[in-house]
Amino acid sequence: MIQEPLAGIASPIHALDPRARLAASLALTLTAALARGAEAPALILAVGFVCTILAQPSWKHVLRQAMAVNGFIALLWLLLPLTAPGPEIATPLGLAVSRPGLDMAALITLKANAVFFCVLALLATIPVTALGQAMTALGIPAKLAFLFVFTYRYVHVLAEEYARMRQVAALRGFEPATDRRTYRTYGALVAMVLVRGHDRAQRVYQAMLLRGFQGSFPSLHRFHFSATDGLFLLLAGSVTGAALALELPAWRPHV
Amino acid sequence: MHISEGVLSAPVILGGWALAASGVALGLRKLDYEHIMGVAIISAAFFVASLIHVPIGPASVHLVLNGLMGAILGPAAFPAILVALLLQAMLFQYGGLAILGVNTFNMAMPAVLCFFLFRPWLRRGGAWRSSGAFLCGFLAVLLSGMLTAGSLALSGEAFRVTAQVILAAHLPVMVIEGILTLLAVGFLAKARPEMLDQSLGK
Repeated sequence: MIQEPLAGIASPIHALDPRARLAASLALTLTAALARGAEAPALILAVGFVCTILAQPSWKHVLRQAMAVNGFIALLWLLLPLTAPGPEIATPLGLAVSRPGLDMAALITLKANAVFFCVLALLATIPVTALGQAMTALGIPAKLAFLFVFTYRYVHVLAEEYARMRQVAALRGFEPATDRRTYRTYGALVAMVLVRGHDRAQRVYQAMLLRGFQGSFPSLHRFHFSATDGLFLLLAGSVTGAALALELPAWRPHV
Repeated sequence: MHISEGVLSAPVILGGWALAASGVALGLRKLDYEHIMGVAIISAAFFVASLIHVPIGPASVHLVLNGLMGAILGPAAFPAILVALLLQAMLFQYGGLAILGVNTFNMAMPAVLCFFLFRPWLRRGGAWRSSGAFLCGFLAVLLSGMLTAGSLALSGEAFRVTAQVILAAHLPVMVIEGILTLLAVGFLAKARPEMLDQSLGK
């Protein structure tokens, strides 16, 4: 039901140290999201796209996710040109289309896709467990990383549990509709998933205590920071720097 | 419910991260390793709930359950919602890292607020518990919708109408969430009352 479709591939991107990928994706996506002009997001979109090609993902997956991301943006293309205040450039069918609205929709499309490709190539290619470790290495509280890894673990358990109970409900002739019975069934379903998850979490924690758990996982996996990683970070840093330089004119106070 | 990447202005993004980080820090401080497992379960349930579509008339909406999370977890809802949203970003690439702060705050703050408002009602049991649970689910989604619309409106005059559309889309979800939270809390109170008391231990 829930998979990591991008994590288990052998590619130059996947060979990079997860810490380097996490740091680079942070720098690039933040810069793209905070930008005011179009140049910086355009540069980062190009870099993100190149990284995506290097990561050799399933293009079917990329296309499906890109369509989901751009679905919400399509709504903005409908709304913003008609509702943003500013000079009108055309009035098709008597509707006033404003220039700033169009510009804004275009900028949002650029930024959202820049972030999408960077996250896809640099963040989503890291296995979740390795990301937990990389987070701790970059100074994020260990408890949060721990919570993250366990949440991921339980997402699978709960999704399976939910699928099983849906099957049980279907066997008893349950058909979702807008009625009392449906809502009562869903309420019980949600609560039952929580109850079973809770019981399981307690058993798991007791088992961990029995095996001497003391607040951290001794991992066999070690990160290796190689010369390639250094080069990659240098490149990501230069791109971020270039993007910031492109942004300077947009942030200068208007006179 | 979520705002996608690229929409918000820089001050809103940075402000959202500052607020979310303080909430997460506060939530983590009270959380020990023994309770992390319980929080992870709820956090995973929040993730899975977003995949569950409940029919409402001709359309369907997906569950949010942040009111239920607030009722069970209290302030720990902040880190729980943050990791669930991060996981969504990892597995579905719907949003990036910049937007995570705002989205976490918009979902977690109402959850924690409902916890403090209705906690006494949930403990009293009976009709108090039922109405408290309904209001948890109802208000958490209402407030999240308002915060989401507010973040958009703060990002620029141009988003005013979009913000109104988003808020209107939340109205049917509120009622569904209220009813489901009411039923789920009632079920939990009977089957595993200790789950509702997780945040009361300390």
